[in-house]
Amino acid sequence: MHETLSPSETRDMLLAVAEYIVERTDMLTQIDQAIGDGDHGIGMRRGFLAVSEQLQGSEPASVEAVVKAAGTAIMAKTGGAAGAIFGTFFRSGSSAFAGRNFDADGVAAFLRIGLEAVEKRGGSRPGQKTMIDALAPAAAAAADAAGGGLSETLARACAAAVAGVEATKGMIATTGKARTLGERSLGHPDPGAVSFSLILTAMRDFVAT
Amino acid sequence: MGRPKKILNNPANVVTELLDGLVLAADGGLVRLDNRSVLVRPNIPKGKVGLIIGGGSGHEPLFSGFVGDNLADAAVCGEVFAAPSPDQILDAIAAVDSGAGVLFVYGNYAGDNMNFDIAAELAEEEGHTVRTVRVWDDVAAAPLDRITDRRGIAGDFFVIKVAGAAAATWSDLDEVYRVACKARDNTRSMGVALAAGSIPETGERTFELPDDEIEIGMGAHGEPGVSRQKLTTADDIADQLMQLILADLPFKAGDEVALLLNNLGSTTLMEMLIVNRRVRNILAEAGITVHRTDIGSFLTCQEMAGMSISLMRLDDELKRFLDAPARSVGYSKA
Repeated sequence: MHETLSPSETRDMLLAVAEYIVERTDMLTQIDQAIGDGDHGIGMRRGFLAVSEQLQGSEPASVEAVVKAAGTAIMAKTGGAAGAIFGTFFRSGSSAFAGRNFDADGVAAFLRIGLEAVEKRGGSRPGQKTMIDALAPAAAAAADAAGGGLSETLARACAAAVAGVEATKGMIATTGKARTLGERSLGHPDPGAVSFSLILTAMRDFVAT
Repeated sequence: MGRPKKILNNPANVVTELLDGLVLAADGGLVRLDNRSVLVRPNIPKGKVGLIIGGGSGHEPLFSGFVGDNLADAAVCGEVFAAPSPDQILDAIAAVDSGAGVLFVYGNYAGDNMNFDIAAELAEEEGHTVRTVRVWDDVAAAPLDRITDRRGIAGDFFVIKVAGAAAATWSDLDEVYRVACKARDNTRSMGVALAAGSIPETGERTFELPDDEIEIGMGAHGEPGVSRQKLTTADDIADQLMQLILADLPFKAGDEVALLLNNLGSTTLMEMLIVNRRVRNILAEAGITVHRTDIGSFLTCQEMAGMSISLMRLDDELKRFLDAPARSVGYSKA
């Protein structure tokens, strides 16, 4: 169990996140077919393969730098709305780690700053059936839990994100390509929210071992 | 329905291979930036307003096929159905902007909006001037009071054609922007889907539509439209599409329009001509004159079956730029 990650341990965690996402490409494709155009899985795979390629064998100077590098790779290679959103999340959120290691307070700030940046970029709010519906509760849970250490913070944030994904099933999409589905989007989770919960799940599992 | 048969090599390489083929088909009229999915015209005159278009691939000839003389200066091509990333858009700006600034024209989708906005913000920091025209011609996508929520479909072509000719004529970005907005604001489209296209990399169709049903207003990526119904006649389909288009602007007696019939992929020219016959009857009855007609593939969606109808209301200025000669792989006009 880790309560703080060094820059190189953070790199290893991001590599684990990338592997976790790439392994779930087909699942993300299927979820997106129900509500979008079915390209979310291959987009996330492109982005996180680029993260692996970028980080493998690198010696990061800081946690901030390695998280930002992951965001830059995602923004450059994912494509579509997902590339802009997840790229913005990691790139903006990375500033939370300025001058510090990957620890509980850093994670809470990472989620909060990332959330603000994503809301601004997408012009979206909670309740519109987007990844924000997993990110916003995760950020709130992390802020509450940060006193309890890194693994506790990520576990609570992850649980909140997963609950947020469940909640998106009851929402009607009002933004993005799924927007025009209207009520037909009911009953299906938002693919971006699912991806976000997978990222936190992989982070949680990494620090727990 | 089974998986569509397609003529492909490695499906992961479709974008790079189609762009290579397109560059060769342009016979010297296009170059591709190194390691980038960006096509540009060679020898862009100094001081020209740069017209950059782009979006997801898989809709050819849109966007990459409309780079050429009196059309766009560059196209930034994403993966299939996915917006291009900001770094590629920035490279396109660097390649085409020699000081007069850049106009972006693209379809109004969340992914394109965000990626082009990020690129515009970064480019402005580097001293480029960027204006953006998002095309939102699809009447089916949202009510008129939320027009900025509508998608861009085949009407993209009218805006690109007008903006391209204007950017070749004027060296003032604000003027090019103004007339591109005018083209966009006077354009309305409606489509009908008969069968889904597929994503090359997954082989899966983008939506399911029963063999005997059609969907009026379905989007180019299979986004649901306004009504699903049993297959009906060409005349009935034309009536339904035209009713929604004409009422929306609205187009009125005495208007002069450009007419575009777009093949979404696998519909035959025969069927489109049959629809055109009815469309012209409807327009004549409404007292609307057709200045010019384009029929063919402008925005496709792989092997999707179906078509769309677009009308642009014209004035002398729009007519002048629409009628200007143009040359590209996707569209040429003497």
